[in-house]
Amino acid sequence: MRGAEDRAITGGRMVPRGAGAPGAPVGTRPAEAEAGVRRQRRQRRQTGMFALMIAALVIALGFLALLVGFVAARGISVINWEFITQMPRNAMTEGGILPAILGTFYLVVGAMVMATPLGVGSAIFLTEYARQGPVVRAIRIGVNNLAGVPSVVFGLFGLAVFVKMFGFGVSILSGALTLGIVVLPTIIRASEEAILAVPASYREASLALGATKWQTVRYAVLPSAMPGILTGCILGVGRVAGETAPIMFTAATFFTARLPGSIFEEVQALPYHIYALVTEGTHPEAQVPIAFGTALVLLALVLGVDLAAIILRSRYEKTR
Amino acid sequence: MRSRIRENLIRVVLTVVAFSSLVFLVGIVLVLFREGLPIFQKTGLAHFIFGRDWYPTYDPPSFGTLPLMAASFLVTVGAMVIAIPIGVASAITISQILPGRVRGIVKPVVELLAGVPSVVYGLFGMQILAPLVMNVFGLPTGLTALTASIILGIMALPTVVSIAEDALSAVPGTYREASYALGATRWETISRVLVPAASSGIVTASLLGMGRAIGETMTVLMVAGGAAVVPTSFLQPVRPMTATIAAEMGEAPVGGSHYHALFAIAIVLFVVTLAFNMVADGFTRRFQRKVAGGR
Repeated sequence: MRGAEDRAITGGRMVPRGAGAPGAPVGTRPAEAEAGVRRQRRQRRQTGMFALMIAALVIALGFLALLVGFVAARGISVINWEFITQMPRNAMTEGGILPAILGTFYLVVGAMVMATPLGVGSAIFLTEYARQGPVVRAIRIGVNNLAGVPSVVFGLFGLAVFVKMFGFGVSILSGALTLGIVVLPTIIRASEEAILAVPASYREASLALGATKWQTVRYAVLPSAMPGILTGCILGVGRVAGETAPIMFTAATFFTARLPGSIFEEVQALPYHIYALVTEGTHPEAQVPIAFGTALVLLALVLGVDLAAIILRSRYEKTR
Repeated sequence: MRSRIRENLIRVVLTVVAFSSLVFLVGIVLVLFREGLPIFQKTGLAHFIFGRDWYPTYDPPSFGTLPLMAASFLVTVGAMVIAIPIGVASAITISQILPGRVRGIVKPVVELLAGVPSVVYGLFGMQILAPLVMNVFGLPTGLTALTASIILGIMALPTVVSIAEDALSAVPGTYREASYALGATRWETISRVLVPAASSGIVTASLLGMGRAIGETMTVLMVAGGAAVVPTSFLQPVRPMTATIAAEMGEAPVGGSHYHALFAIAIVLFVVTLAFNMVADGFTRRFQRKVAGGR
């Protein structure tokens, strides 16, 4: 296909030079020359527009570079071993962010424990068991629209249901359940894609050997789809770790004097910690650098996780 | 016999599990309405939507959300002015102009941009962009609708780019070949054949980008300035719906009018984003039919 394109381009460029080819009727020459000028103009126009399009992409990528660059530059100065292994001291103006790192870890683990079985199960049902019809359509509407719900609305849902109605209070449990719902559509979509990519011949071979439906899914389909499902879950981890609004009223707190002892306690979390450091407290000049340091830790965590998922996916696509 | 029972049991379990998303979605709707509707016994629907005064803690309180909705509208439009042209042009570059090897690097990088947590964008906007805006325009504060629009625009870019790119790449190769065969240049082929063919996909990309911008919370909470007045310019602090909920829910007494009003705002937010998703879904289906018909 590339070849066809390249031929078309050179074709476009060659024609004007051949305009005065011998044997062409004399009377058409001025018209052909004009056509040549027009072609050149079209070619120049193409060069200009391509430059504009490429400039747009450079701007888009420039934003990422600028963002990461600034956060890294302002954050790196406060990061050292103590910063990630110590408790905060002196009303958040000194010390480390260990409780926030651990809090985020607990929330992510809790959310994934809830969302992975539900998500993978949903994907298996949608791809392997369900027949097209109103049931599947309804479930799909559920998945698609859940993915579009604003994150703060999840927070309100968590507040009304987990914190108040179930009485879990502002706690790791409430936050993890809320985040589990946030990440569910991501996991379902990634798992579905991975399962659909498994060739039909795997299933046919398994069924032909006398395996039941579930045995086929369990021993033929899932192992082959596993890297794709794993990629989806890893991307989900990245998403959950960075979410702030869903945990604002369900789990997060600005300050805890000690590390959380049970899932019914409130926690500090990296994203909320960043927000709190720049909007609360009384020593902005000491808190803002810590906020940038925390942001750098979070960014490294999330981008590292995403990068791992992308590398895993590209490896897996190559082996296919 | 045992295995048949097991098979059926697994089928039932998977069916139940698959309904979880729908259950959560319905649950969200029920909770929003149960906690949000009581506000309309206190204040009329017309006042809630068109009232210009948002004084939730005054006595008597006033729950007019026009300033909040206008703010959400303003920053979303501003964000789209940035995200749609840059996003679509980037998608054209990635799918049609860049050689394959470069594309293989650029696409994942754009995906990474989508993974940056919103609170980090907020921090960047608050500490780095806002002072810049303040100095350039000589304002008392850099936390304005413009600042929020710029950051939201950047945040919506990856959504716009990746969906528009998918749409452009899904246009059948025969379209391009036919255009070249008629003597069109690559740019003419892109602008008059490929982009029109992918137009409904590009509309979907824009709508989903907009949905993302409307629902974005942390960024506008940190960057938009937070003044609940009906905005008259981009250089003014504003208070979008999401920021209002996030900022005030912590202080609103559970079960009080303020609490109910915040849930009612969430209903508006939910309905708007739902509408965006539905319309975007419709365009996706139209695009799929169109592309399939072209094969």
